[in-house]
Amino acid sequence: MADPASFINWGLLALSPPGWGGVLLSGFVASIKIAVGGYAFGLALGIGGACGKLYGGPILRDLMECYTTIVRAVPELVLILLLYYAGTDALNHVLGLFGIGTVDIGGLAAGIFVIGIVQGAYSTEVLRGAIKAVPAGQIEAARAYGMSPFKVTTRITLPAMLPYAIPGLSNLWLIATKDTALLAVVGFSELTLMTRQAAGATKSYLLFFCAAGVLYLALTLVSDVFIRLIERRARRGFVEQS
Amino acid sequence: MTGKNAARQENQGNCFHAFNAGSLPRRGSYFMTEPAQAIAVTDLHKRFGPLEVLKGVSLTARQGDVIAIIGGSGSGKSTFLRCINMLELPTSGSVAIHGETISMKKDGRDGLQPSDRKQVERLRTQLGMVFQSFNLWQHMTILQNVIEAPVHVLGKSKAEAIETAEALLRRVGLFEKRDAYPAFLSGGQQQRAAIARALAIQPLVMLFDEPTSALDPELVGEVLAVIGDLAAEKRTMILVTHEMKFARNVANHIVFLADGVIEEQGPPEEIFDAPKSERLKKFISSIH
Ligand SMILES: Nc1ncnc2c1ncn2[C@@H]1O[C@H](COP(=O)(O)OP(=O)(O)OP(=O)(O)O)[C@@H](O)[C@H]1O
Ligand SMILES: [Mg+2]
Repeated sequence: MADPASFINWGLLALSPPGWGGVLLSGFVASIKIAVGGYAFGLALGIGGACGKLYGGPILRDLMECYTTIVRAVPELVLILLLYYAGTDALNHVLGLFGIGTVDIGGLAAGIFVIGIVQGAYSTEVLRGAIKAVPAGQIEAARAYGMSPFKVTTRITLPAMLPYAIPGLSNLWLIATKDTALLAVVGFSELTLMTRQAAGATKSYLLFFCAAGVLYLALTLVSDVFIRLIERRARRGFVEQS
Repeated sequence: MTGKNAARQENQGNCFHAFNAGSLPRRGSYFMTEPAQAIAVTDLHKRFGPLEVLKGVSLTARQGDVIAIIGGSGSGKSTFLRCINMLELPTSGSVAIHGETISMKKDGRDGLQPSDRKQVERLRTQLGMVFQSFNLWQHMTILQNVIEAPVHVLGKSKAEAIETAEALLRRVGLFEKRDAYPAFLSGGQQQRAAIARALAIQPLVMLFDEPTSALDPELVGEVLAVIGDLAAEKRTMILVTHEMKFARNVANHIVFLADGVIEEQGPPEEIFDAPKSERLKKFISSIH
């Protein structure tokens, strides 16, 4: 035990038992799945929310305002607990009313839903700001040549607002990858929970939490590469100051 | 006589006509030689809150007309032009494009709104608008800008749209720049691209709102050359401009707008050489 080389037992990270590497990786994959799903769901909510806030009637606008205000005011951990337990409860209640009986909502679907709801509130605000940053003249030009409101949105407004939205949306993606860790509290087998189990079982806390940290870091670094590519593409029409 | 003709004759009394110099004399065979009405605006009022910007403006553009609208800053020129394609909704009055009146209904306050959105969208494709600040779509290349409306509004095939677009870009001298993004072009080039974009929908009428006002002086000429070219081929257009010499050269009818009404109108020689109203006299002398 006094041998410094064996201070860290790398064997514990082996992919197959008794190593815990495989468990960690499966947790990592689950985290990524939730992050991607939750982010995409949140983005869809965000586009709807932003359009609702900008173009909707007074009632829709108030609804959206409530949504973004509440979600952004309540701590995410609380929201996750609330949505997860209350959400599944409510769903089963509703299903019960229709006589369908209870369903066991998969952790993945619930996780995506919960992260998506949180992300949706923030991306609503990011997208709303970005849409407002699109020069009004470009939208006016689209209308002047006979585009329908739907075409104006899909052909002009959304692509034109991307460069303004991407910094905020990139941050949201990175936050989404880290928010998945909060799902550990509801027992979802994502990376953080798996790490805690591995560490608890082996008492090698430092090793496993460092390993998890490296995985999160790797995800961030890879994301950064993609973000940079997407941003370059979105800003293709911009003259860059050097 | 059809009902439509009767309505048109009735219009004549309270409507300012833009006479096409080439079609005089024409009394006897009025309905035979009359070029079709491209645009007919009748008694247009526009109010922004308490400010009444247009106080009953009527104007008819026949096919082949080149009408220049002049007037001081804030006289309502842009507002008038924007009411023609309903970018600005009139408080009252009517607009007809190619004989088809845009159907409007009360908007619940004291203005109007189109009662048929599809009709407005369809009629807008007859109006090629060119803006003071170009308003090119920044996320598209010049070529993509030009084919956008033909493909996504008119439903043309991409290949056909590209063929037309390239011909138009060649015509405005921008063929080499077709794959560049707007922000990388000079103002003059952007405005020429915007003109190509407006021409691409093959509009019945071109509408220009001070197309050279945002340009550096040395770039004005290249844009005016393109517009002059269009006027020379008898393309119908309504042009708001501060370039008096240009207006005089290309327009067959000048409209002087002051304080929300047409103070005076007529052929360029009359307007510039023999202005009648005090205001027009003052305006003409102020710009010389
Ligand atoms: N959206 C708007 N809301 C309120 N007032 C407006 C609006 N658009 C224009 N106006 C006002 O209407 C008046 C006429 O404006 P308009 O732009 O039509 O003038 P113009 O003749 O085009 O002037 P310029 O030569 O400066 O372009 C101005 O007093 C302007 O402040
Ligand atoms: Mg103006």
